[in-house]
Amino acid sequence: MFHRESGYFKTTYQSDMALYPLPIGKTAIAVFLVVFFIIFPLVLDEYYLTLVNLAAIAVVGALGLNILLGYCGQISIGHAAFMSVGAYTAANFAVHFHFPFWLTIPAGGVVAALIGLFVGLPALRVKGLYLAIATLAAQFIIEWTLNHTPLISGGIQASIEMPRPELFGEVLETQTEMYFFLMPISVIAILATLNLVRSRIGRAFIAIRDQEIAAEIIGINVYRYKLLAFAISSFYAGVAGVMATYYYGIANYEAFQLPISIDYLAMVIIGGLGSVLGSVFGAVFITLLPFGVRVFMETVGVYFVDGVYLAQVIAQMRLIIFGGLIIFFLVVEPEGLNKLWQNIRNYFRVWPFSY
Amino acid sequence: MELQFFIELVTNGILTGLMYALVAVGFVLIYKSTDAINFAQGEFCMIAAIVVAGVMKLHGFPLWAAIATGLLFMLVFNWALERVVLRPMIGRPIVAIIMATIGLALMFRGLGPLVFGAETRPIPLPIPDAPIIWGPFFMAPIDVLGGVISIGFMAVFGWFFMKSRKGVAMRAVADSHQVSMAMGINVERYFVLAWMLAGFVALLGGLVWGNAIGVDTQLAALGLKVFPVVILGGLDSILGVIIGGIVVGVAEAISAGYVDPYVGGGTKDFTPYVLMILVLMFRPYGIFGKPIIERI
Repeated sequence: MFHRESGYFKTTYQSDMALYPLPIGKTAIAVFLVVFFIIFPLVLDEYYLTLVNLAAIAVVGALGLNILLGYCGQISIGHAAFMSVGAYTAANFAVHFHFPFWLTIPAGGVVAALIGLFVGLPALRVKGLYLAIATLAAQFIIEWTLNHTPLISGGIQASIEMPRPELFGEVLETQTEMYFFLMPISVIAILATLNLVRSRIGRAFIAIRDQEIAAEIIGINVYRYKLLAFAISSFYAGVAGVMATYYYGIANYEAFQLPISIDYLAMVIIGGLGSVLGSVFGAVFITLLPFGVRVFMETVGVYFVDGVYLAQVIAQMRLIIFGGLIIFFLVVEPEGLNKLWQNIRNYFRVWPFSY
Repeated sequence: MELQFFIELVTNGILTGLMYALVAVGFVLIYKSTDAINFAQGEFCMIAAIVVAGVMKLHGFPLWAAIATGLLFMLVFNWALERVVLRPMIGRPIVAIIMATIGLALMFRGLGPLVFGAETRPIPLPIPDAPIIWGPFFMAPIDVLGGVISIGFMAVFGWFFMKSRKGVAMRAVADSHQVSMAMGINVERYFVLAWMLAGFVALLGGLVWGNAIGVDTQLAALGLKVFPVVILGGLDSILGVIIGGIVVGVAEAISAGYVDPYVGGGTKDFTPYVLMILVLMFRPYGIFGKPIIERI
């Protein structure tokens, strides 16, 4: 029988907690897996795979920040610094001890998590703006330490060359190979986050975000969970840092400075706070934005701007569009791309009988 | 010699600190009356200075006319910002406001150079170049001017806040939006006033700093210096801003003078932050800040 649903009504807690809230979910996931793992690498050429690879890295970082900011409500303006911790840890292990990637990735994550725990300590005392500034301080201090400690950062210009990852004796070098290296990590990160936020820990985070004092009263150990949120978020950041290091082939603190932290904040906010899908949307969107701006300026902008200044104007336009979009989303759609997507989905699901 | 060096560092630190306070007071002003956290204060200074230097260079305005243009621009500009961007943000979570002002900051960094060109320009204030030497004190005239402007502004501003009718109303608004509305204060008008005042301070800050280090997008980095200053002093205290500014200025100068030679430089940028974290550990609301009492 051909029919249309008039809505989706949950009748059990199991269905409320389900990983795929809609019946179509499993099919959609299967389709996405096919698209991402078979069609994309076959069809897309190197340049576009580069973009997808960058997005895959950003997804992991954005998920980490979303756990901290979107689920636990703690602001961090030092996310990129944790990425650099992961990056340098992995680079050191890979260069000095010849660790394979399946050891450097967790190692980078764990060390970043430890630093994250330490940076999270002020969160026990302060919140809101004060916390934001404390994490900003962490960004500067970590950056400076890496830059000025040759023991960690390898001396010349504080950068370490990273060996290419190896899998089954095969050195992964081309974009396609890197794609198959980075993409599974992103998928694992997405799955892990989805499961984390519907677990006991995730619920505790949400309770702390919504009303800290109330959460404490119902028996949640606020301090422990806040630190845990910082540690988990930093772990993700560390992993993203390791991925970026493998991808670029070099660990350098300049790839993880304050503007990158702000990029990640923008991803989480534009994507949608407290939503895994939103993090993915946001990460993809912000990663593609500079390329989009460049393409736009090179096709349309050339009619308005003298060719000599084009590169400069592109950089300025990128800032303007980036800032403008952040403001636009905050004012017009506070819940971000995720909400937009839900609206579209809900509209078409019950179309044409929407009530 | 040792002592001479120390005195020099401290005097310069104090003067620089007062100039930081000039930027920071704009931040405090907005926070006090609208509860909004303005990550774009450094960019406000930058855009004010870029406008002043830009109209002087591109349109040949004399200094006073350029400053008047800058002032007019900042007032109208901040009025518009409040209406379009910040007002919809009232009552939203703190991170939304932080992010909105970061968005503004990014836009300014793009817009300023796009409109007025990206090269570094001077702001030629009519002051001598020769350093002022007074006993053991050795000071740059612009630093002195900055310090004087800063103290003068704080004094006027302190009077305005404590004594004048508008200032009292503003304090009431800062205390509680609802109660002041009930008392017949047009709250939204005071939000606009706070932002316009912040624009005015930004112009002062932009002039002084623009003269000291030149006008380009680098000026926006000032915004990052503001945070340790306001947090050390407490977010809602004018006196705190001055003290915080001086502490930060002196700490920077001393770490640049004594620590940098041993560790290879750059400590200046984060010493204030370390200091700030230490203070936060013991006084979570800054030295002069008011504790916020939370209820369910």
